[in-house]
Amino acid sequence: MTAETISAPRHRPFRRPLFRRRSAIPGFGLTLGVTLTILSLIVLIPLSAVAIKASALSPSEFVAAAFSERAVAAYRLTFGAAFVAAVINGVFGVLTTWALVRYEFPGKAVVNALVDLPFALPTAVAGIALATLYAPNGWVGQYLTPLGIKAAYNPIGVTIALIFIGLPFVVRTLEPVMRDLSADVEEAAASLGAGRFDTILRVILPALGPAWLTGFALAFARGVGEYGSVIFIAGNMPYKSEIAPLLIIIQLEQFEYANAAAIALVMLAVSFLMLLIINAVQAWARRFS
Amino acid sequence: MTISIRSVEKKFGRYPALNSVDLEIADGELVALLGPSGSGKTTLLRTIAGLEFPDAGQVLFEGQDVTFASAAARRVGFVFQQYALFKHMTVARNIAFGLDVRKGRDKPSKAEIKTRVEDLLKLVELEGLGGRYPSQLSGGQRQRVALSRALAVQPSVLLLDEPFGALDATVRKSLRKELRRVHDATGVTTIFVTHDQEEALELADRVAILNAGRIEQIGTPHEVHDHPATPFVCGFVGEANRFEGTVSGGRFTAGPVVLPAPGAADGPAIAFVRPHDLVLDAAGFAAKVDRVVIQGPLANVDARLPDGRRIEVCAARDDAASFTGEVTLSARRTHVFAA
Repeated sequence: MTAETISAPRHRPFRRPLFRRRSAIPGFGLTLGVTLTILSLIVLIPLSAVAIKASALSPSEFVAAAFSERAVAAYRLTFGAAFVAAVINGVFGVLTTWALVRYEFPGKAVVNALVDLPFALPTAVAGIALATLYAPNGWVGQYLTPLGIKAAYNPIGVTIALIFIGLPFVVRTLEPVMRDLSADVEEAAASLGAGRFDTILRVILPALGPAWLTGFALAFARGVGEYGSVIFIAGNMPYKSEIAPLLIIIQLEQFEYANAAAIALVMLAVSFLMLLIINAVQAWARRFS
Repeated sequence: MTISIRSVEKKFGRYPALNSVDLEIADGELVALLGPSGSGKTTLLRTIAGLEFPDAGQVLFEGQDVTFASAAARRVGFVFQQYALFKHMTVARNIAFGLDVRKGRDKPSKAEIKTRVEDLLKLVELEGLGGRYPSQLSGGQRQRVALSRALAVQPSVLLLDEPFGALDATVRKSLRKELRRVHDATGVTTIFVTHDQEEALELADRVAILNAGRIEQIGTPHEVHDHPATPFVCGFVGEANRFEGTVSGGRFTAGPVVLPAPGAADGPAIAFVRPHDLVLDAAGFAAKVDRVVIQGPLANVDARLPDGRRIEVCAARDDAASFTGEVTLSARRTHVFAA
């Protein structure tokens, strides 16, 4: 029998990769490539089209289109209502999540599904339903009218629609984090003499902070972009209850494409800036983990 | 602080976790609750802490009934198995927490809190780490933070649930000494739960051995090891060879094995022999040596009886050479219990 020699597989000489540290987890090149491609096709190129379209305007035309009195009023309403709605969702989202995570009660599965409904419902349906409810002669509106509260066809109506749209974002972001909070930590606080209130304020809420900010940011971003539900309940009065996305549609219908793009560009810039700030705050809130 | 547990019972659903447990703990004692998992040791500790409340029975601190008092009202310091540190607070803020949440006149001044935190960091040898977050510490350091956080409120009792469970062997050993040192320095009555008998025997003044929700025996490490009260304790604490057989006329017989059983009543019985109580003896029973493992000054011998059962012998290293092939053994000491 002849002696067989098994030679070791030949390797290419090892080289340090140019841009990244060597990692045992494969797929960096592939995943980053796919990510960048999708982001370009779906997000980056369409958005740059907005900028290109708007660049057809001269600087003075751009300012006239993007910062007209009507447009500024629309921005104020859009961002203001989205912010207020996100804050309200931030408060009630925590309570809703608390109830869903901490307690067992009959009909919990139904409540759980109800929270997700705004995700699935066509927004126009939501808008029409909310408008019907909160209109001065609607089920809820008729009780608000004698109190002097008008809850539809004005900025309050816009906010109500945005609260509806944003709630699941806060609840679903907080839920896993709250579920993971161990009972240990609360027991530790209690054994150290902290009352329920102190435990919630000093131990539980700070631990939820980063997730809460994420939920807040998502609800806010969704609110800024929301169109379908809002236009049914807003009343759409220029300078009063007209949101920026509607203003863009109006410009498009009048074939003022460049003006529409100018308004869109401002919204884009403000949204991007705000999300960037929220991300920075989040990074700061996560400094301890 | 003396602690009395009187006929405490606790069920989880239909599963009894504590079954009429009685326990007296003297002021300044360091007591270990030792038992296998599911024996009720953690439930007992949590009942003493006020994190769990018994279905029946009483818990007394210094003669006062605290059965249904909260953990805070009992002024216990509790160290959790996974430490339960507040991740979003620095080490110093963690330790100060118990003082920070005090209200009105009870709340120490900022300067007092700062001094107390510094003292505690010094006590557990973590000086200079007050500004770190728990995620920036090693397991052993987190354990020390948890310990000093519990001590910050000057608890009447210090309770620790598997305090060294999540640590590697070397850190475990040094922290064991550390806990003993902290206990001696503060003099606070301390109870800890463990499933590690070595830990319990080395560290505690007294050890309570639990099994199936009952206390099988409580005594000094020496007592529970050398004078086990029940077959369970004998099998659980220390190494032991177990034989099932019969006693007649002061002799225990199980197949080829014959052991002295002075004073034991005639009838079926269970006998335990510690590996180090087996010695070479020409008049003894036969066994065949399989393997000898040298461990420091000791020689651990794996042998087999003629009927195939295994038996462990522990001898001095210098005698290792005598353990080859067929040997005859006898027991210097046995623990015999009626079956």
